[in-house]
Amino acid sequence: MKSDIVLAGVGGQGILTIATILGAAALKENLCLKQAEVHGMSQRGGDVQSNLRLSSNPIHSDLIPLGGADLIVSLEPMEALRYLPFLSEQGWIITNNVPFVNIDNYPEQESIDAELAKMPRVVAFDMEAMAKEVATARSSNLVLLGAASPFIDIHPDKIEDAIRALFIPKGEKIVDANIAAFRAGRAKAIEIKENFQN
Amino acid sequence: MKTKQLLLGDEALALGAIYAGLSGAYAYPGTPSTEILEFVQKNPLARERKIHSHWSSNEKTAMEEALGMSFCGKRAMTSMKHVGLNVAADPFVNSAMTGANGGLLVIAADDPSMHSSQNEQDSRFYADFAMIPALEPSDQQEAYDMARYGFELSERLAIPVLTRLVTRLSHSRAVVETHDTPLAENELHYPANPKQWVLMPAMSKIRNRRLIADQEEFVKASEKSPFNAYNEAADHRLGIIANGIAYNYLMEAFGGNCPFPVVKISQYPLPMSMLRRLYNSCDALLITEEGQPYIEQKLRGLNEQGKKIYGKLTGNVVRDGELNPDLIAEAIRSVIPNAPGLINNQAPAASQIVAPRPPMLCQGCGHRDVYSALNSALENYDSPRVFGDIGCYTLGFLKPFNAIDTCVDMGASITMAKGAADAGQHPAVAIIGDSTFTHSGMTGLLDAINEDSDILVIISDNLTTGMTGGQDSQGTGKIEEICLGLGADPKHLRTIDSLPKNHAEMTALFREEIDHHGCSIVVARRECIQTARRHAAKK
Repeated sequence: MKSDIVLAGVGGQGILTIATILGAAALKENLCLKQAEVHGMSQRGGDVQSNLRLSSNPIHSDLIPLGGADLIVSLEPMEALRYLPFLSEQGWIITNNVPFVNIDNYPEQESIDAELAKMPRVVAFDMEAMAKEVATARSSNLVLLGAASPFIDIHPDKIEDAIRALFIPKGEKIVDANIAAFRAGRAKAIEIKENFQN
Repeated sequence: MKTKQLLLGDEALALGAIYAGLSGAYAYPGTPSTEILEFVQKNPLARERKIHSHWSSNEKTAMEEALGMSFCGKRAMTSMKHVGLNVAADPFVNSAMTGANGGLLVIAADDPSMHSSQNEQDSRFYADFAMIPALEPSDQQEAYDMARYGFELSERLAIPVLTRLVTRLSHSRAVVETHDTPLAENELHYPANPKQWVLMPAMSKIRNRRLIADQEEFVKASEKSPFNAYNEAADHRLGIIANGIAYNYLMEAFGGNCPFPVVKISQYPLPMSMLRRLYNSCDALLITEEGQPYIEQKLRGLNEQGKKIYGKLTGNVVRDGELNPDLIAEAIRSVIPNAPGLINNQAPAASQIVAPRPPMLCQGCGHRDVYSALNSALENYDSPRVFGDIGCYTLGFLKPFNAIDTCVDMGASITMAKGAADAGQHPAVAIIGDSTFTHSGMTGLLDAINEDSDILVIISDNLTTGMTGGQDSQGTGKIEEICLGLGADPKHLRTIDSLPKNHAEMTALFREEIDHHGCSIVVARRECIQTARRHAAKK
């Protein structure tokens, strides 16, 4: 198995939580893993990304080459578009479609949507609304992880185990909310993926 | 029996050191090195052993504290970002003269591409300049293994060892196999040659000859190093040299099978016989170096057969910014256009609508209130100049504040404002954070107080070291006392809470103190919103 994933978002949105969960699940599965993160200045509301590489074979580079990513997984639609040159020919974009506008020159929503629509393989929906519906607004990163999970060759039970392990210090309720968010995101993405194949 | 853990490069190195019998870790926070000391602070074994892990005031004090521990025979490490090594340069270079007793690792984390720094300086030049060995892990496992190896090397050669990390290794996680049983700490014992630690000219002259003589040993250690490697391959049109993490990018560029012979460099001084062998057996050399062209400059002198040596100096490898697999593939193609097996992915074009999203001060951050009051205050003056410093508040340069004119190095706000005032500039305002103030601002403030320089110093105190993630700041709760102790005039040492409701009051205060033609200090205080949230969550 091999999954090269560009995780993207805006500093403070919680992309590193996704990386932590997938990393823990991959370690349990005895997979090789490299995950380059961004710390420091850009965490203050700037664009942040993390390269997450999972493989059953040894991985050389911490960075994914251009055109090498199987997935772009983003909490913010413009941030998903920022990394297009990293996407492989058969790669999927999994993104929340609600813009996070903290700059003056943020593009119009229509042009963001149009740009995403140009790409052949996209899972984009309002992950914040889904998070609010099934859990809490703060769980949208878990909806995103769920939406990415059908494209990653790790059994969802193993990912749920990692979610449980990460959140159990905060209590059973938080675990349940995050697992509900994960499952909802996963179900929605499976539906989109199946429609694409049909 | 080994266990597997998922660790950042920084954490792997820290854990390796703890398991190698570390007795003290010393550091000042700085991206990308911060997580090294943070890991020691949290590690259960380190806590059980009471391994020193308190933050130091700056990199110089950290380096000296580590050297003192080494003097007493125990294993010590000091970690810093690359520019921190400038601050620690005096004890660092002189520690080569004293040598080490207990193993001493100096870890410098470089930041190619300047993700969170003001330059791309390459710490390998420091090791060369000080004439000490250096290690450069290519991955997280090597970072872990090199801690133990580095301590042993340091003790065997009786010399401090520099370990160079880069951001992409410091801040990248991978699975690391760790030892199950940690080594015991060293017993306290004193140097065999105590005179060597007194760097008076008479002693230094003797020691310098010894250090020069030892260079041969250091090179031999590199030739035998388990971390340097010569990979033979069939195609001798080109020989490639790659250091540290660049080696991994090179392997990635060829999908793991490089058709050309490769020398991997992870220990310095350079293993010259290994490099000479590569030079003699190949038609040309390509040096793909993460960092400045250090190896390339060293190899210019090897050019006795007139073979081509390609690299950053010849423009074949991009000189600016960090490397990656694509840049290395491009460099190889520039020399051997038909090089077999190179990655050649098709990729979508970049989206033309994506806008840059620069970092910004958090909503609810006190620095925001300071800048908006300062901007209001300065509207009254013709040509004010504001001298900034290193920290979150450097973001005051960007929109919407556009409030600072300079940012150079830790502490430079106060001293540059003083120099500007000496030149006749008014208003000359310095803005500095609390942690930066105790790092390197205090001594400059003493200069300004002694001359009653016509400056306003704003200490924007958020009670933490904010930019690096909220580490303890050495001056917390002592800022006014420190200023008074340095001789500040109590009438012009003012304090205010940096809150939106105090905007008018803070603006007036700044104006008053700008109009006071002498050295004024305003301490504007409000806890960092990030640490305040964490403190609230703990309760």
